[in-house]
Amino acid sequence: MAAALALISATPAHAYLAYVSNEKSNTVSIIDTDKLAVVKTIKVGQRPRGIELTKDDKYCLVAVGDDDTIQMIDTKSNEVTATLPSGPDPELFTLDPTGKLLYVANENDNTVTVIDMDKRVPLGEVQVGVEPEGMGISPDGKVLVNTSETTNMAHFIDTATQKIVANVLVDSRPRFAAFKSDGSELWVSSEVGGTVSIIDPVKHAVITKVTFTIPGLRSEAIQPVGINLTKDGKTGFVALGPANRVAVIDGVTHQVTKYLLVGQRVWHMAFTPDEKYLLTTNGLSNDVSVIDVAALKVIKSIQVGELPWGVTITQH
Amino acid sequence: MSRFPALTFLILFGLTAATAAAEPLDVKIGYLRRAAHLETIALTQMPPPDDGLAGAQMAVKDNDTTGRFLNQRFSLVDVHLKPDDDPAAAVARLADQGIRLVVADLPADGLLKAADAGKTHGMLIFNAAALADRLRQQDCRANVIHTAPSRAMLADGLAQYLVWKKWTRWLLVTGSHERDKLYAAAIKRAANRFGAKIVGEREFKDTGGARRTDSGVVQIQRQIPVFTQQAPAYDVLVAADESEVFASYLPYRTWEPRPVAGSAGLVPTSWDASNGLWGGIQMQSRFTARFKRLMTALDMQAWTAVRMIGEAVSRKNSADPKAVLDFLKSPQLALGAFKGQKLTLRDWDLQLRQPILLTDGRTIVSVSPQEGFLHQYSELDTLGYDRPETKCKLQ
Repeated sequence: MAAALALISATPAHAYLAYVSNEKSNTVSIIDTDKLAVVKTIKVGQRPRGIELTKDDKYCLVAVGDDDTIQMIDTKSNEVTATLPSGPDPELFTLDPTGKLLYVANENDNTVTVIDMDKRVPLGEVQVGVEPEGMGISPDGKVLVNTSETTNMAHFIDTATQKIVANVLVDSRPRFAAFKSDGSELWVSSEVGGTVSIIDPVKHAVITKVTFTIPGLRSEAIQPVGINLTKDGKTGFVALGPANRVAVIDGVTHQVTKYLLVGQRVWHMAFTPDEKYLLTTNGLSNDVSVIDVAALKVIKSIQVGELPWGVTITQH
Repeated sequence: MSRFPALTFLILFGLTAATAAAEPLDVKIGYLRRAAHLETIALTQMPPPDDGLAGAQMAVKDNDTTGRFLNQRFSLVDVHLKPDDDPAAAVARLADQGIRLVVADLPADGLLKAADAGKTHGMLIFNAAALADRLRQQDCRANVIHTAPSRAMLADGLAQYLVWKKWTRWLLVTGSHERDKLYAAAIKRAANRFGAKIVGEREFKDTGGARRTDSGVVQIQRQIPVFTQQAPAYDVLVAADESEVFASYLPYRTWEPRPVAGSAGLVPTSWDASNGLWGGIQMQSRFTARFKRLMTALDMQAWTAVRMIGEAVSRKNSADPKAVLDFLKSPQLALGAFKGQKLTLRDWDLQLRQPILLTDGRTIVSVSPQEGFLHQYSELDTLGYDRPETKCKLQ
């Protein structure tokens, strides 16, 4: 404990910490986003993938699929101190804006589990499509969107009634769903279909589909997964998997403006709270690329564990 | 169908008012299967009684889950042929039931009979089992989609890996049945395409008798070394034995210590129970939970066929065979089938493009196309007969 406190006090007051899940190493790497270097590596359960900090940054939640649970890393001690009843093989999850409820996609039984974060008990389950994966929550917390990979749909779930209110068909194997911070648009990536559907969350209709063409790359290699949108909604970033690039999309015109070359099989991303940097996990090259958001340039890559999958960054 | 039973069904099952307003689109799919599958040498590889059918049933459920949200209902009509049954007659009976989408697990000749009978009924047939290249070449049909890979695709997938390993000197051992010879021909073509050399060829004659006997191991241990001795220098023994007569007896028993590939050892296939890549682990566990057995290549090929139907119906809201075929042939098709990339149809012969897994039965050793085998359109088209080589005239 003393050593952990020493570590915390040794870091500058405004440094943010990024937590990266390493799917193959069964570890979480902690990156100091000022130093842009790994400062600690934590052992976790088997096959860590989905990763998110609680709203108060006190815990880092990491889904350890092969152990059928979500582990809670105490960010003071950097140790796993508790687990959550996630249901079998959890992969992705999301916290509601208040931080009180956690929504977990359970791929094996086609359900979304709702967990009370204070009591750490399950509150209920929603039946969704085949292989639920991506989870996005509206900024007001009223609508949860879950994507199901084999059903190829975005399911809109009313969080008050825990019932599905609408289903929108998107392209093959939808992986990730993200709302704009004003709630005006929902972006859903389709890994196999190779597109991002931009959906009107009120009308439940696809407004447009963003497609990607990269000279010299066959279309099968373009597999959109992670999506991050700036708070002003003006820019979207989409990780293109084995295309080894992050696409930059104009948030208003929905046109691709640039492709940034990052590491291999880029999967998920996270902004620093000031949106100065965007960090990407690159599964096959075992590193994290750092994108300078204003300059739209990749400025550094940081070696982490094997098969880095998800990343989350402290807000305080 | 009258409107009443459908409405009662919906109300009973508590669907929302919005969906209850319209009668669901009922999609009935025929599943036509051969009398029996060939027994294997390996007890652990014996075909289960519902081989293939289980995959189709699984996909019907997957389609139905989507259908629940789109007011579409899928069901399967299983037709298990007896040894002398005529596939054409079975097709006619399915047509009488209003079925015009059929998944077939039939050998090449039976498939053609079913396809030609189906043509008169406006049927679309999915070939989930027959590997024959002629079905994609001179004997192709405009109403037959192939989810099974062809022998050429399997052989090419294997060849690319062996060439990547620089194991380019092959001793080819072929069984005495026609299907074995067809597989051997595909292997020779692959060697030629990718720069391997067949340094020697042998035939293993099927002299009849039991595949397995209680004390057979003693004899086999002596027979195989003798059979494989005095061969020219080779890197790998490639066996063409679809008839399951000898290939599984080759590994570890050859005169020279050499790996075996083809019908035993390193086997090219569309699917294997050992595949957990690209979300495949979810597929395997869903399958095993329901059917209490492992998922085979035939199960996967049948699953893929029924899922293709589901994709088309969900996108077009129509089960009309022409609408389904038009969608599947179009660039809009991007099928997710746990293969790490979208699967599409070759418009020149209606073959599903797909990666080929190479397995030793315990792990996935590699997946072809291999790195470096380039193609101007899709690297998947380095497997099998490409557009410029096609002899298929779809009609």
